[in-house]
Amino acid sequence: MTAAAHAQDHAHHDDHAHHPTGIKRWLFTTNHKDIGTLYLWFSFTMFLMGGVMALLIRAELFQPGLQFVNPEFFNSLTTVHGLVMVFGAIMPAWVGFANWLIPMQIGAADMAFPRMNNWSFYLVVPAAILLVASFFVPGGAAASGWTLYPPLIIQQGISIDMTILAVHILGASSIMGSINIITTILNLRAPGMTLMKMPLFVWTWLITAYLLIAVMPVLAGAVTMLLTDRHFGTSFFNAAGGGDPTMFMHIFWFFGHPEVYIMILPAFGVVSAIIPAFARKPLFGYASMVYATASIAILSFIVWGHHMFTVGMPAAGNLFFMYATMLIAVPTGVKIFNWIATMWKGSMTFETPMLFSIGFLCLFTIGGFSGLVLAITPVDITLHNTYYVVAHFHYVLVSGALFAIFAGVYFWLPKWTGNMYSETLGKAHFWLSVIGFNIAFFPQHFLGLAGMPRRIPDYALQFAEWNMWSSVGAFIFGFSQLLFLYVVIECIRSGRKSEQLPWEGADTLEWTHLPTPAPYHTFETAPVVK
Amino acid sequence: MNAALETQNRQLMGKLLVIVVLMTGFGFAMVPMYRQICEALGITQTRAVAGANTQVDASRSVTVELVASSSGLPWRFEAIDRQVSIHPGELATVNYRVVNTLGRAVTAHAVMNAAPANAGKYIEKQACFCFSNQTLAAGEERVMPVVFRVRPDAPKDMATISLSYTFFEAPGTT
Repeated sequence: MTAAAHAQDHAHHDDHAHHPTGIKRWLFTTNHKDIGTLYLWFSFTMFLMGGVMALLIRAELFQPGLQFVNPEFFNSLTTVHGLVMVFGAIMPAWVGFANWLIPMQIGAADMAFPRMNNWSFYLVVPAAILLVASFFVPGGAAASGWTLYPPLIIQQGISIDMTILAVHILGASSIMGSINIITTILNLRAPGMTLMKMPLFVWTWLITAYLLIAVMPVLAGAVTMLLTDRHFGTSFFNAAGGGDPTMFMHIFWFFGHPEVYIMILPAFGVVSAIIPAFARKPLFGYASMVYATASIAILSFIVWGHHMFTVGMPAAGNLFFMYATMLIAVPTGVKIFNWIATMWKGSMTFETPMLFSIGFLCLFTIGGFSGLVLAITPVDITLHNTYYVVAHFHYVLVSGALFAIFAGVYFWLPKWTGNMYSETLGKAHFWLSVIGFNIAFFPQHFLGLAGMPRRIPDYALQFAEWNMWSSVGAFIFGFSQLLFLYVVIECIRSGRKSEQLPWEGADTLEWTHLPTPAPYHTFETAPVVK
Repeated sequence: MNAALETQNRQLMGKLLVIVVLMTGFGFAMVPMYRQICEALGITQTRAVAGANTQVDASRSVTVELVASSSGLPWRFEAIDRQVSIHPGELATVNYRVVNTLGRAVTAHAVMNAAPANAGKYIEKQACFCFSNQTLAAGEERVMPVVFRVRPDAPKDMATISLSYTFFEAPGTT
C-alpha cells in the first residue's frame, strides 16, 4: 500500500505546486480539492451564523416573557436559522465532502466539469449574502418559517424577494453540482471500479444527486409561483383569486421530504466508511446498504403528506401517507442493523471519528423513532407544530447529519491536511457536543408532548423549567463548536505529521493508493481496481 | 481528459438536464393536477358545503306564503314571490316591492309576523329589509330581498308557513 502511494507521489511530484497562489488560486480554482475546501469553510461560516441565531432564540426562550428580541424579529430568527442551516451549512458541507472524496474514492483525476464546479461554489456565496443581508432591509428578514408558507410570505416586504432569489440561486448551484457529481461517478470511475465496488459514500452521493436534480426544480417552481403571486398578479396561492395556499404546502413538501434525505444520505455514506474502519471489519451487508439507500430515496417521493396531516386531506390520503412513512423505517432499520452487525465482535477502538459515528447511530435512531411516532396520523394531529417536532428534526439533522459531518472531518483531516488533530481535544469536542445536544433537545420532547407550540417567543409558565434546561444545553453545544474550530486550526498549524495510514481499518482508494496528505493532483493515471 | 470522454460527459449532462427540465415542468403541472385531484375526490365541494353550514332535509318541503301590508301608510307594498316551496335547511331568497305613493320622503320600519303562531322561531333570516329603517323619497320604488331558511328541526306537521310583513311609519322621523 505504502509503496503504491509513494510511486504515485513521485510520479506526480512535478505537479504539486502547479497552481496560482494567493486569492487567485481560490477564485479561479477548478481543482476539486480546493473547491471542497472552499465549500467546507463556507459551510462552517454559515454554521456559526445559524448558530448565533439559534442561541438568540434559546436566550429569548430561557425564561417566559419577552426579554431580548421582539416577536417579529424572533420569527425572522427561526426562519433564517432554518434556511441557513439547511441550505448554507449542511448541504454545502456535503458538497464539500463530495468534492474532496468522490474523485479520490473512484480513482478519478478531478470532477467531470471542473469549471462548472467553480461556478457552483461561487453561486452559493451571493445566495448566502442575500439571505443574511435580508435582516437589514425594511421589514426584517423572512418571518414565515423556513417552509415559506403563503399567505404570510406573500405579505412581507422586500426580504422575501431576496430570500426567493437566494433559493433560486442555491437551486441552480445544487443542480449544477449534482450533474457534476453524477457525471463524475458514472463516467470517470477507474478501470475495475464497478458500481457495486464503489465505496458507500459514493453510492449515497450518487443517489442524493439524483434526488437533488429531481426536487430542486420543483422548489424553484414553487418559489417562482410565490414571486409571481407577489408581483405579477397571479393567484396560485391566493384564495381571493381562486388559488389555494394548501397547494403550496403540497408542492413545497414534494420537494421538502426528499430534501431531508438529501441531507442525511451522505451521512449514511460517511458512517458506513468510518464504522468498518474502527471496527476493523468490512461493512456488513454492503449490497443491502445500497438497496436500502435507493429504497429510502424512492420512498421519499411519496410521503410528503405526513408534513400536513392537519390541513384536511381525505382519510384515505392520511392513511396512505402514514403507512408509506412507516415503510421508510424498514430500509432505515436495515442500515442501523448493518452498522451494529459491522461492530459486532469487531476490534473496536474509539477515536473521535468513531465516537461521533456511534453518537450518530444512537441519537439518529432516537430521531428515527420520534419520526415514527409523528408518522401516526392521529398522534401527529396532536403533536403537529409542537416542540416534539422540533426535537425530532434536530435529532435527525444535528445528531444525524451534523454529527456525521464532524465524524467525517475528523476521519479525513489527516488525509486533507497531512497533520493529525489533537485526539484529546477532539474527544472533548465530542463529549461537550453530545452532552450539550441532549440537554438542549431531549427536554423538547417533553415540552412538545405537554403542548408547547413551536415558533413562539413567549410561552406559558408550566413550560419554564424544561425551556431553561434546553437553553443551557444549547449554549453548551453552541460554544463547544468554537472548540471544533480551534481543533481544526490547531491541526493545520501543529505540524504533527500524520502517518500514511492513520486509521488501521481504512481501505478506500484515497487511503490505500494516495500519500498523506493527498497531493494537489491525484490519479492523473487511473489506478486499476481489482 | 480525452475527447471521447468529454463527449460522453456532455451527453450525460444533456440527459440530466432533460430530467431537470421535466421536473421543473412537473412542479408547475402540480397546479392543475392538484385542482383535478381535489375535484375528483370532492374535497373542494366538501369544503363549500361546510362553509355554507346547512343541513338540508330533502325528504320534505315547506310552503312559505308571503304576505305584505302597510298599516296606515299609503305605500304600495307587495310580495313579488307570492309563495315558495323549499326544503327545510335550504336557503331561499324572496323579493318584495314597495312604492312610496306620498309626496314626501317617508321613513318606515317593517315588522314580521308568522303563522302558525310558533313558526317564527323556525324562520332564520340572513338578510332582510326589516332589519333596519327604510327611507323612501317621494314616489320612489324599491325591490327588497329577504334571505332566509326554515330550520331543519321545524315540526313535520308544519307544511305551510305564512310570512307577513307590515310597514309602520317610524316614529319621530318626520
